[in-house]
Amino acid sequence: MGRITLDKVTKAFGEVEVIPPLDLTIDDGEFVVFVGPSGCGKSTLLRLIAGLEDVSSGEIRIDKQPATHLPPAKRGLAMVFQSYALYPHMSVRKNIAFPMKMAGIPEAEQNRKIEDAARVLNLTDYLDRRPGQLSGGQRQRVAIGRAIVREPAAFLFDEPLSNLDAALRVGMRLEISELHERLKTTMIYVTHDQVEAMTMADKIVVLQKGVIEQVGSPLELYNAPRNIFVAGFIGSPKMNLIEGAEAAKHDAHTIGIRPEHLAASKDAGEWKGTVTVSEHLGSDTYLHVTETGLADTMTVRVGGEFGVKHGDTVFLTPDATKIHRFDAQGLRIG
Amino acid sequence: MHPAIQAVLTVGVAVIAAIAYFYLSNLLLDRVLFPARGKNAGRNINRANMIRPWLFLFPALFALCLYLAYPVVETIRLSFTDRVPGGYEWAGTSNYQQMLREPKFWEALRNNFFWLLVVPGLSTLFGLIIAQLTDRLSWGNIAKSIIFMPMAISFVGASVIFKLIYDYRPAGEEQIGILNAVYLALGGAEPQTWLTIPGLNNFLLMVVLIWIQTGFAMVILSAALRGIPEETIEAAIVDGANPFQIFFKIKVPQIMPTIMVVWTTITILVLKIFDIVFAMTNGQWGTQVLANYMYDKLFRANDWGVGSASAMVIMLLVLPILVWNVRQARKEMR
Repeated sequence: MGRITLDKVTKAFGEVEVIPPLDLTIDDGEFVVFVGPSGCGKSTLLRLIAGLEDVSSGEIRIDKQPATHLPPAKRGLAMVFQSYALYPHMSVRKNIAFPMKMAGIPEAEQNRKIEDAARVLNLTDYLDRRPGQLSGGQRQRVAIGRAIVREPAAFLFDEPLSNLDAALRVGMRLEISELHERLKTTMIYVTHDQVEAMTMADKIVVLQKGVIEQVGSPLELYNAPRNIFVAGFIGSPKMNLIEGAEAAKHDAHTIGIRPEHLAASKDAGEWKGTVTVSEHLGSDTYLHVTETGLADTMTVRVGGEFGVKHGDTVFLTPDATKIHRFDAQGLRIG
Repeated sequence: MHPAIQAVLTVGVAVIAAIAYFYLSNLLLDRVLFPARGKNAGRNINRANMIRPWLFLFPALFALCLYLAYPVVETIRLSFTDRVPGGYEWAGTSNYQQMLREPKFWEALRNNFFWLLVVPGLSTLFGLIIAQLTDRLSWGNIAKSIIFMPMAISFVGASVIFKLIYDYRPAGEEQIGILNAVYLALGGAEPQTWLTIPGLNNFLLMVVLIWIQTGFAMVILSAALRGIPEETIEAAIVDGANPFQIFFKIKVPQIMPTIMVVWTTITILVLKIFDIVFAMTNGQWGTQVLANYMYDKLFRANDWGVGSASAMVIMLLVLPILVWNVRQARKEMR
């Protein structure tokens, strides 16, 4: 069981409060992603749950048991670090065995679990190697293996993929998702990459300056962002935000429209602008449009090929049903 | 002329001569020997560049040969000859045979072995413990500076300090040696002449070198400890390791190469130990060591043959450790 509850948890480093009182419940078996820009407190929050940092006030419960003052090892959680944190002087086998050795598990059982984990993670051939002899992806799998054998109540991942190259990152993303499907164990995953958040999470927690901006499923966040920050953070490329007269027409202080909900035309449309850059991704093309009189730059997604170049005039028409409205405080209207 | 002015002048002349050597020899190479013009300009530049490093290295290589390589060869020669009026005569191995018959030589060899067992080990151990203990203290750096300070004291200076510590005054008089003062205060019957007690006096001499070398070990090991990735330690905490296990199973193995370099560096120093014994007991009361034995033979007995033979023994003992030390240090750098 891995139900984790944070109750009015705060964290201050000296005078600086990095996490104001914060409540959060993570249900058993959920894949929760903490996402936010650098310095938003997401890693600190994870380390509070892991017990690597002490909470300044408030309470953490794991499986309804108070865990606020339990040492990290007693919380039944396993953590995977950004730099993998493998023990460089031990073989892969010994790395994976280390937490079991600390827990005093009999050797026969240790070996059985190591073999199991190695099979699941495709590490069988590498058990006698040192971490230094492995590739980045393999190291990350060893780190995950070391977490799996503990059979933890929950896995904590601290930006585990940010040291991998782009192709490997996509592969490991799938592997971790599959692992979650198979183990059905609670996983808490910290990232600054909203693509990882969108693709992996059952539930996303968007953080800014230690404050939870919104909690919800990926599509909830995409379709109904609670405020401008979430609207801008979730979705790639970013949502276009427009203030002023155009927003007033919709009874809002700010309106937001995603690049994929704008139609572009060379001849006619609601808003007129000038193309600065057109980025061809093959399947899609992103046009960066200026001089619309609405916002500095608007981003538009168009089909595979759209014959415009720098300086061309283009007309944009928003999908009226997909316009997000925000008030002067940046909160969602309706 | 005042000697100080003479010294300054000498230094000045030497510096100017060195600069003139580099400048003029370089000029000679580029302008006269291989000028970078004419039809062979390209070839000449390449040749000049091949010779230039040797040109710059020459003074150092020359000094090294003159003051290191030549004495080694000469010592080997002397160890197989006897000095007779008007010259030398071949003596075969008789010098070595004579040396091996002398109990003082065996005493020196045995004592060197004890020094070897005790001093490098204890210095490294104390250095490691102090490095670890002072790491998290706010006044740790002050403590480290104080412990490092003996490094700046010459061996003879340190010997004088410790001679006072071990000093003896007849019973009834005020003890100025702190060891005797403490000994009497703790209920000792009468003051001891510490440096004449066989067995114990050897260890009392070793204390001086340990006192000096602990600072060295501490500084190097402290830097190594700080180089350990923090995440591996946090991973071990989460994996359930207690502070002792973290120190011995995670930290120490990761800095093992550095520990070995420190240990061998001190070992080489110990094999050459001379000043402390010379200044404090001069090898009496069973404290003889090889280097002091060599000095005795060479400069007191004027027996160049046996003196050189004992010098060869010291060199042969140091050599393998030196080679290993250099290899380890190179591995470290990679």
